[in-house]
Amino acid sequence: MSNPKVMAYRRENGRVGIRNHVIILPLDDLSNSACEKIAFNVKGCKALPHAYGRLQFGEDLQLFFRTLIGIGSNPNVAAVVVVGIEPDWTHVIVDGIAETGKPVTGFSIERQGEIKTVEQASWKAKEYMQWASELKREACDLNEIWVSVKCGESDTTSGLASNPTVGNALEKLVGMGSTCCFGETSEITGAEMVCKERAATPEVGEQFMAVFNKYQDMIDRNKTDDLSGSQPTKGNIAGGLTTIEEKAFGNLQKIGKTINYVGVLDKAEAPTGKGLWYMDTSSAAAEAVTLWAAAGFVAHFFPTGQGNIIGNPIEPVIKLSANPRTVSDMVEHIDYDCSAILKGEMTLDASGDSLLNMLIRTCEGRLTAQEVLGHEEFVLTKLYESA
Amino acid sequence: MIQFLVHEKTDNVGVATVDIKSGEVAQGLYMDSQEDLKMKTQNDIPLGHKIALADIETDAAVIKYGSDIGRVVDEIKAGEHVHTHNLKTRRW
Repeated sequence: MSNPKVMAYRRENGRVGIRNHVIILPLDDLSNSACEKIAFNVKGCKALPHAYGRLQFGEDLQLFFRTLIGIGSNPNVAAVVVVGIEPDWTHVIVDGIAETGKPVTGFSIERQGEIKTVEQASWKAKEYMQWASELKREACDLNEIWVSVKCGESDTTSGLASNPTVGNALEKLVGMGSTCCFGETSEITGAEMVCKERAATPEVGEQFMAVFNKYQDMIDRNKTDDLSGSQPTKGNIAGGLTTIEEKAFGNLQKIGKTINYVGVLDKAEAPTGKGLWYMDTSSAAAEAVTLWAAAGFVAHFFPTGQGNIIGNPIEPVIKLSANPRTVSDMVEHIDYDCSAILKGEMTLDASGDSLLNMLIRTCEGRLTAQEVLGHEEFVLTKLYESA
Repeated sequence: MIQFLVHEKTDNVGVATVDIKSGEVAQGLYMDSQEDLKMKTQNDIPLGHKIALADIETDAAVIKYGSDIGRVVDEIKAGEHVHTHNLKTRRW
């Protein structure tokens, strides 16, 4: 496939988005209530409540700031209102988002109370919402759409068909000069040597192994006899997956066979160039997709076996499944049914093209199953307890 | 009709793509070479679950995707269901 045009939103910094959200972003747990009230007052904007933002420190605080600034900076977001309990950290988030050139304003609750803050911020949100409503889609290249990939509730049909479909689509996207990313450090377990060999250079392979070994050390420090009950999950086992190694080799089908990853990213870190990237993420779906949204990815491929129903508030999640049962009894959650592969009625190459076609439709405004069902799991990754 | 698929020629398990009954002679396909194969099942094999293509001794490897996916903990006969009762991870 050549590099087709898609109608999308080009932002002030040149990045391309496929949605046009105005978000009301709380700095901290205490400000969730104000944000939800603002989003009630001003129809069409979106509050993103979360659980953290108080007494964090060190690397955990840096990840927290990077995540919130990244979410506001994502090109699927047109404008941002930030609300925090106190002004200092609120300004850190506002200044970080302002570097993109998009409209952003911060409000803090201390010394004036929530009611006045909600009133002031609602005026600003109304202004942003009406401004954003007149922005126009324009012709952009498909390779300007950053795509992340992660699977969930995998079973053996994932390894047979839905993950290789994603792999085929990624080979075509990377071939046309796109920026793509995979991760799920824990679920590489058992296939880490194969994953290391997929790095573009030995140095990148060593960076991957360093991330993987750090994760293994964390597991060794904290493991109890319930780990084998978590990996594979009960849903994986019901679907026929037996071991973490089997799950890992199935998982790696998502990066195809012919492409190599060009770099290793920390959590919520934006890539610096084109190609396939690896990000150190949890394998928990909502945490991982939130990290990719914060890194600037604007669309996500999510193959599922047994039927994971995850979504994200700003990065549309395109779900595909090859399990004939899932595409029937979980049909409202699935955007693309590739079960014909299992019957020998469709090739992987044709299935990859069908998935890219669904990506193009999603870019141009088709709402995903997750979006129309209101699945907006916004889950921040926390590295350790707060002070 | 295809009832199970095998990722690679070196694999010693296949994956059921429909529910297969015990005693059936199931029709399979190698995904890499597109060659056909048949296997008489010794257990019910639910959709998505693995079927042994050969006898596999205790402590030997189950091979899928051409790779070792774990250790056999209870001897497996060709045509039997392969899952958590006879296959364990080498990691935990």
